Amino acid sequence: MKHIAIGILGAAALGFMASAASAGTLDTVKQKGFLQCGVSTGLAGFSAPDDKGDWKGIDADFCRAVAAAVFGDATKVKFTPLSAKERFTALQSGEIDLLSRNTTWTSNRDSALGLDFVGVTYYDGQGFMINAKKLPGVNSALQLSGAAVCVQSGTTTELNLADYFKKNKMEYNPVVFEKLEEVNAAYDAGRCDAYTTDQSGLYGIRLTLSSPADHVVLPEIISKEPLGPAVRQGDDQWAHIARWTYFALLNAEEAGVTQANVEEMKTSTDPNIQRLLGTEPDGKYGADLGLSNDWVVNIVKAVGNYGEMFERNVGSGSPLKIARGINALWTKGGLQYGPPIR
Amino acid sequence: MASQEILRGEPSRGSFINDPRIRSLFFQTLVVILLFSSIWWIVHNVIENLQRLHIASGFGFLKSRAGFDISDTPIAYTSDSTYFRALVVGLLNTIIIAVAGIVLATVVGFLIGIGRLSQNWLIRKICTVYVEIFRNIPPLLVIFFWYSGVLAVLPPPRESIHLPLGSFLNQRGFYLPRAVWGDGSWLIGVALLLAIAMAWFVAHRARQRQRATGQQFPVFWTSVALIIGLPALAYLLSGMPLTFDFPKQSTFNLTGGFWIKPEFLSLLLALSFYTAAFIAEIVRAGIRGVSKGQTEAAAALGLRSGPILRLVVIPQAMRIVIPPLTSQYLNLTKNSSLAIAIGYPDLTATAGTVLNQTGQAVEGVFIMMIAYLVLSLVTSFVMNIVNARMALVER
Repeated sequence: MKHIAIGILGAAALGFMASAASAGTLDTVKQKGFLQCGVSTGLAGFSAPDDKGDWKGIDADFCRAVAAAVFGDATKVKFTPLSAKERFTALQSGEIDLLSRNTTWTSNRDSALGLDFVGVTYYDGQGFMINAKKLPGVNSALQLSGAAVCVQSGTTTELNLADYFKKNKMEYNPVVFEKLEEVNAAYDAGRCDAYTTDQSGLYGIRLTLSSPADHVVLPEIISKEPLGPAVRQGDDQWAHIARWTYFALLNAEEAGVTQANVEEMKTSTDPNIQRLLGTEPDGKYGADLGLSNDWVVNIVKAVGNYGEMFERNVGSGSPLKIARGINALWTKGGLQYGPPIR
Repeated sequence: MASQEILRGEPSRGSFINDPRIRSLFFQTLVVILLFSSIWWIVHNVIENLQRLHIASGFGFLKSRAGFDISDTPIAYTSDSTYFRALVVGLLNTIIIAVAGIVLATVVGFLIGIGRLSQNWLIRKICTVYVEIFRNIPPLLVIFFWYSGVLAVLPPPRESIHLPLGSFLNQRGFYLPRAVWGDGSWLIGVALLLAIAMAWFVAHRARQRQRATGQQFPVFWTSVALIIGLPALAYLLSGMPLTFDFPKQSTFNLTGGFWIKPEFLSLLLALSFYTAAFIAEIVRAGIRGVSKGQTEAAAALGLRSGPILRLVVIPQAMRIVIPPLTSQYLNLTKNSSLAIAIGYPDLTATAGTVLNQTGQAVEGVFIMMIAYLVLSLVTSFVMNIVNARMALVER
């Protein structure tokens, strides 16, 4: 199986890797000419190939944003689809440069796995979905005692599920698969009564089922799932580039810089926008990061600002139609807050 | 002494570089040094790289709380148990599927293998088609065939198929009544053991009598009567302590009874039917390997075809069959790791989850390798003992 291959390759790679201090990730990426980005094996709205084979979604767009910041060209990115189980080994062993795969930021992953999370590109929470046609009368997760629950292995979801049923003194029967497609197929075939994952994921998965209208997402949110990209620990420069790409997306939205108006915004006299777009005389905020001074222009030209990215992939411009909610900017009552570029 | 000196004298005159003994010693030492230094280099590199990448290492994580649930738990396990216990659960599940698979594969394999040599055209052709189909399809596809093709299209729990004896079949698995043993049921167990001992004794005496007098005794039917009759008598005497827990419909699933999950069922069927095709060929080769003269001699002595097969052909065929059979058993055990594709929590699946929850890939993969190695070595060891007992006793 593929994940075992990656596990063993990863373990072997750790064995055969040259032990001399390696060059910084930025230099390596520039040298090979593209960014290798780890994404999911197909989660609508986050990272999924469309009918032409192009990767679409917030996570895929974040990869493009980083590629745009580094190369000025958002097409210089190659995607590696990874299962939940493969993702950390792939990053640790250097197979990918950036992990942008709806991954929950936890203390253990940040400290013991050799990863560094760069921010929260999507604030999510875990929920349940059931087939309302087959199970009429179930309208709360607390009625799920005795149910068979489909879940993907090796996720925080799997752990939250165990905690939730234990806390509420309910029984359940876990049906665990390694790959998202396997979980989807099993749920669609009726192997389980309920499906649990992040709520955003449930809305995306519902669209892929054979009769989406029969399925409802239950109202309970049982956990905090801050999803964000991660890089290898110990390369501060590369972590800064990924982190500030994310902040640049937020600051662009806050400043009203969009994919459509970014060129004319370059002539703005607002010092805040000048600093953001690198048009401030003698400003070298991009160069300090190891990038060009017009890095934010490149990012916004490629993928738009955070708000555009959200609406296009999961919001009103997508079949998912998820409201901004807590993912709105702090100025609009949400949690997304970008530290200033100055 | 003198003649040896003369014989060896010629090469020793040359340089010691040309001495074959010194040469072979030199190369063997070189290979050992290279082997150990490369192992040392890999281990050293792993440790250094893990430290450089700030990845926690060591086996301390085995004592922490696992936090995830497992669907099939042969021993008590909750999300509060340790990672170590989770791995043990996975290992036990692997052992269960391997043992059940080996038993079923052996039975099916022997039947098909003997069937391929049958005088009956239809039986022979059916067995040939079976072997050619199952031997040439990858086991993973066979697993998917059973899981998605056969079991997933069964009706949902509320429309379960009712089977005789209060059992049910639906897409969530196969539900059987479970025996509940009441007070005094130990008597039935004792009676069963006693019956087996008596059957063995009868068989032993019957063999002795046949050797001494040539008279035969219906051992088989006596044993059947003993093994069924004695426990049944004990059951009546102890006041019928056995009741059955029948599966019942509840909100989501059937509850109660004995539940065989579709993951286990499809894995068991796929692995054993796949391996049975190979075992059938091994059995056929073994029987074919017994010289035809043996069968003819036995027939000339007046034995019928059943006893010829049982007393003359199979004991000799077993000597040919057992060594390759061991490899098939090992293959089946290792193929059981394909369980991960359909979510049966075997060792690979459980260790994979542990690996991912802790992020300790090197340790996780190492534990998996060691566990499969030990399982395979134990299987080989047992089969070697069997093989030694079957070996031809030279007289």
